[in-house]
Amino acid sequence: MTNMAEDLKAEAPFGAGTALPSPTGRTNRSSREKKARTTDYVIYGVLAVLVVALMVPFIWMLSSSLKENNQVLTVPIQWIPSEFVWSNYADIWTRIPMMGYLQNSLYLAVIITCLQVLTGSLAAYGFSKVRFPGRDVLFLAYIGTIAVPWQAYMVPQYIMMQNLGLTNSFNALILLQAFGAFGVFLMRQYYMTIPDELCEAARIDGLSEYGIWARVILPLSKPALASLALLTFVNTWNDYMGPFIYLTSNRLWTVQLGLRSFVGQFDAEYAMIMTGSVISVLPILVIFLIGQRYFIQGIATSGMKG
Amino acid sequence: MTTETIPQAPAPVQSRGNRKQARRNTLIGWTFILPNFIGFLAFTLIPVLAAFALSFMEWTSFSAPKWVGLANFQRMLASDSFWIALRNTVVYAVGHVPLTMALALLLAMLLNRKLKGIGFFRVAIFFPYITSLVAVAVVWNMLFSPDNGPINQLLHSIGIADAPGWTSSSDWALPAVIITSVWKDMGYYMVLYLAGLQAIPTELYEAAEVDGASAWQRFWNVTIPSLRPTTFFVVVMLTVSSFKVFDLIVVMTNGGPGRSTTVLSQLIYQEGIGEGKFGYSSAISLVLFLIVLTVTVLQFKIQQRRER
Repeated sequence: MTNMAEDLKAEAPFGAGTALPSPTGRTNRSSREKKARTTDYVIYGVLAVLVVALMVPFIWMLSSSLKENNQVLTVPIQWIPSEFVWSNYADIWTRIPMMGYLQNSLYLAVIITCLQVLTGSLAAYGFSKVRFPGRDVLFLAYIGTIAVPWQAYMVPQYIMMQNLGLTNSFNALILLQAFGAFGVFLMRQYYMTIPDELCEAARIDGLSEYGIWARVILPLSKPALASLALLTFVNTWNDYMGPFIYLTSNRLWTVQLGLRSFVGQFDAEYAMIMTGSVISVLPILVIFLIGQRYFIQGIATSGMKG
Repeated sequence: MTTETIPQAPAPVQSRGNRKQARRNTLIGWTFILPNFIGFLAFTLIPVLAAFALSFMEWTSFSAPKWVGLANFQRMLASDSFWIALRNTVVYAVGHVPLTMALALLLAMLLNRKLKGIGFFRVAIFFPYITSLVAVAVVWNMLFSPDNGPINQLLHSIGIADAPGWTSSSDWALPAVIITSVWKDMGYYMVLYLAGLQAIPTELYEAAEVDGASAWQRFWNVTIPSLRPTTFFVVVMLTVSSFKVFDLIVVMTNGGPGRSTTVLSQLIYQEGIGEGKFGYSSAISLVLFLIVLTVTVLQFKIQQRRER
């Protein structure tokens, strides 16, 4: 597992390969190089066709979101709407309480991400840079629970929340998701790569442990913090089962829940359903494009998602 | 490792100052861990342990908990819902694991070259993996639409007259779910394979080429053996995630038509949260956990033996 992570970090698969093959060989343009050029174009062609094929669901989603309902499932398929129905994007806000759903998703994602990053990085410092008896046993308990599928303990969690009177509230989801072992594990993996001598030097300079965490370790672990924050945010935003189990009143619903219920109620409103889907995916696309490097590293380091 | 005390010979008798230091460290360590640990203990660790205990108890939302030994398991083994869910989960895994693995490797090999702009292709193929499941399921459900859906139109156009009913047919619903999940997941495993491919020294290929090995021979004799660690990791991750399949099924088919796509996780949900049979559902949970654990340990053992 760790090997994989290191490989990925070293190679940075999304950045590597972007370099052009040796710019120095330009003086002597041999036929071999020309042949390589042609192969490149062929490969570009193959890749382009492949990517377009794989992106068909997204293309279809976007195209359908700009159609009338009766234009969505036509024979033959209309890839480009004959008439762009932009009003779908205006109407959806009144058709379902989309703004409320977005706000709920954002609220949950932000709170859970902040708590997870804060408590995760604190605990990771304790687990990696402070030595005390029982530490490793405790960490083993953390690791152990990562191996247990969450479905296996969702029922006890539910009973607990029911007894606390927290079902049908955001607090249930916040409590269940903000203290995950995942964040601690991810951050600890990163902290282990920071040399202990740095902390030692700071100690000699008279910094307290809390000072070392805040002023030495945190600034050094920005990439890992970014990975954890982005992964937690996206996982929370995309989460369906959590809100599905705990949030029953419509005013608490997240985007995912709202969209699913819209599909259930109005399954013939094809175009509007696709409009909602586009709106629910858009924030993830933006975040992913901004932080793709951290995503890949985070997912690779932890070897898991959520 | 890290200690505040300057390296000393490991003294069997701890000095007073040392012990004081140790106590201080314990205190400091715990203050760092505590904010997370309280939440972790209450909402993860205790529920995990409770799930174990509950599987040996009779407890519903109408009755008090009572120790019943293995009764829940006996009931489970006698119920056809359990066997149907187990069968569906296994079928899903058998479809999902090899397909995802093969396509991920294929994509990784295609994308493992130094070309300008290759990053774009990689990002595009990875993106479905982090797209929300609801949007993915909703779109694929429409693509799979039996009458005029794009997929069946394509099948008609290549001469398949009676195209499957996909999610509305009890025979084809599970394949539809598998296709969707393969599409969603392969980008992630592609990234893992890409890293594995980039770690293979180019000298190996050069040497094989000098020896006159064909492209196919190079693939079988250099690429595949070199990727063995990656493949093990991929197989473990894929198998574990297949047995945990849950939200995709809930959103796409909700277990139907009939019980043709009900999986273990969903059964736990229905029995435990839906019907309030806390004890019985925990017995199914334990089976799910044991399957996941066995798969992981088994793969790990095989890998260890190969490495020796």
